[in-house]
Amino acid sequence: MVTQRIKFYQTGTFTVGNRLLDEASRTVQSRMDRTNSLDSGHRACQGCGEALGARYALDAAMRAAQNQLVAVNATGCLEVFSSPYPESAWRIPWLHSLFGNAPAVASGVAAALRAKGRTDIRVIAQGGDGATVDIGFGCLSGMFERNDDVLYICYDNEAYMNTGVQRSGSTPPHAWTNTTQAVGPSPGNPPGVGKNLPRLAMAHGIPYVATASVADLHDLEAKVMKATPLRGARYIHIHVPCPLGWKADPAHTIKVARLAVESGLFPLFEAEYGQVTSRTPIRKQVPVERYLELQGRFAHLFGDPPNREAIASIQAIADANIQFFGLCESQKVSS
Amino acid sequence: MRYQREGSQAIAQAVALCRPEVMACYPISPQTHIVEALSRMVKAGEIGSCQFLNVESEFAALSVLIGASAMGARAYTATTSQGLLFMAEAVYNAAGLGLPIVMTIANRALSAPINIWNDHSDSMALRDAGWIQLFAEDGQEAADLHIQAFRLAEELSCPVMVCVDGYILTHAYEPVDLPSQTEVDAYLPPYEPVFVLDPADPISIGAMVGPEAYPEVRYLAHHKHLRALDMIPRLQQEFATSIGRTSGGLLHSYRTEEAHTIVVALGSVNGTIKEAVDELRAEGMAVGAVKLCAYRPFPSQALRHAVEQAERVIVVEKDLSVGKGGIVSSEVKMALHGLPTVVDTVIAGLGGRAITQASLVRMIKAACEEGLEEPHFLDLNWEVVNNELARQQETRRSGSTPENVLREVGPFGVRVQ
Repeated sequence: MVTQRIKFYQTGTFTVGNRLLDEASRTVQSRMDRTNSLDSGHRACQGCGEALGARYALDAAMRAAQNQLVAVNATGCLEVFSSPYPESAWRIPWLHSLFGNAPAVASGVAAALRAKGRTDIRVIAQGGDGATVDIGFGCLSGMFERNDDVLYICYDNEAYMNTGVQRSGSTPPHAWTNTTQAVGPSPGNPPGVGKNLPRLAMAHGIPYVATASVADLHDLEAKVMKATPLRGARYIHIHVPCPLGWKADPAHTIKVARLAVESGLFPLFEAEYGQVTSRTPIRKQVPVERYLELQGRFAHLFGDPPNREAIASIQAIADANIQFFGLCESQKVSS
Repeated sequence: MRYQREGSQAIAQAVALCRPEVMACYPISPQTHIVEALSRMVKAGEIGSCQFLNVESEFAALSVLIGASAMGARAYTATTSQGLLFMAEAVYNAAGLGLPIVMTIANRALSAPINIWNDHSDSMALRDAGWIQLFAEDGQEAADLHIQAFRLAEELSCPVMVCVDGYILTHAYEPVDLPSQTEVDAYLPPYEPVFVLDPADPISIGAMVGPEAYPEVRYLAHHKHLRALDMIPRLQQEFATSIGRTSGGLLHSYRTEEAHTIVVALGSVNGTIKEAVDELRAEGMAVGAVKLCAYRPFPSQALRHAVEQAERVIVVEKDLSVGKGGIVSSEVKMALHGLPTVVDTVIAGLGGRAITQASLVRMIKAACEEGLEEPHFLDLNWEVVNNELARQQETRRSGSTPENVLREVGPFGVRVQ
């Protein structure tokens, strides 16, 4: 699939203006028959990227699955803010077991469906970056390797936010967290560490891997719609800013997410069976400073004098992403 | 059909007769023969549409079953030792969610030092997780208990561990009779869950439960076990009526009439204990035995009733609460609270150390004649222990205890008493 971003010249942005699109291309969220799978009234923070991402992802999955969906949730913010029973925000069958086992629990749901001959019901597992890249990675890799019929969605806010902002394997270099404090000779998360889960997922050779961002919800929905009916293991990694953990203005969630994409720090792409099959091009690369300076977790990089070396190293990561995925239109698209 | 078969094969065949729908397994000795056999049966299409998942860890194995069971499937796995500890978090979770999963524990010692042989440390470590724990005495009972376990689990919505002594039962060839599929189908109806993940009727499972409700939820888990105390003998009775064997139940008494001393134990060692009882009875000593089949729920009342006439109860247990002593004996003492009965703790068979009839007879005589220290370690080599203690006294860098002890004992298998 090639996702073509449509710029609406009336507003000068890429905001999804449904009235300007044909019926079939309109966003799921705008439809009268959307399912509100993650309903209003939950207890997420103001400006929560994860709540937004989950709402769009699940409604899209419900549409694609004709409402035949079961979701398994890892422990984490999404689980906690959505399920202070009896005030559950879930309007879909939803199971929370443990922090590190959501992929395996989902494999079990899928196996039960196979045993019962139910091919109509689709299975989603979801968790934050801690549940996905760290504590649940063994179970996730096993689910991928067996090609179990599960769509796993990771909502990546780049740290353990539910426990009060501690470093995960997805925390970017130099970022402040409560376990990578902005003190000492090398403040923040050390450079040269962490893992890139979308690429690890691709290395399993599974049918579908994609990245998405709450800055481009139409694209996010399209990827979930595409992934849901596919059979076998599928993975979507969604970048979801966390105003609390990133020390960012809740009003800036979408802006920050968009700058992550436009700087090249969070490349949007799809891959099938280990090969990149589409990418969302960047029309004009934005310097990483514009992304970093909106977030208090990087404030120590902008002192007097600024830490130019650290900023340059983050810029180098963005540049390498653009190079690897061929994201800039001026570049010759590789692969 | 009754014929000679390995314990693991008998268990696998009994599980297959229960028509499981999802199995997720991870290899660890000595339970591997069970899941190997089941994987073959699934692949050959002998267990309907049952799904067999080769997973990446025991933690994943039980997690898969949590999902499968919540989706309404009959779910089974087997593990042991480190595998059980590795899945510990999911063990508690499955019980808390009230999912009727059945799991065989091929009882084995815990590391370190690594040891693959039998004792009950693994099951004991998870005794408070909320699972029902049934202990089998022989291959026949191991097979029968699995059929009862699915029925019990599903009636109560509570997971059940069937504990089977590793190697001693899993690898021993014994004559085992298995019921027909028709008999099992009559005893074990299809699984009807009390809740299920269903898009047509969506529910949220696994919500956070705070102080306003947690104690009540925990009490209700306990209450399931109280119900199990009635249900276990009833299901045993039904099994006896329809299939013709008295396997299972809360406990079994052996020659306890007029006994002044009763030996209490779990699992396969009861076979040897019965031989020791026979030998002592032949010598005129009024000795009997009680085999605990249900360990969780703990059958306090039934046990009290079974041993209350005895002056002495000797608990022979294959576990050790380090820093305390006996685990089972503590519970026996609680059950006998207020009675004048002397309760001895005998720690025996750790890490597969043989528990011989001769040792048991010697120990029972010593207990009756001069009493036992508390706890008593059966057949402990005190010379080796004291030499290591002396080394530790002598020098700070005395070395690693397991290796020191091994060096002193010499190559394994030279001498089994």
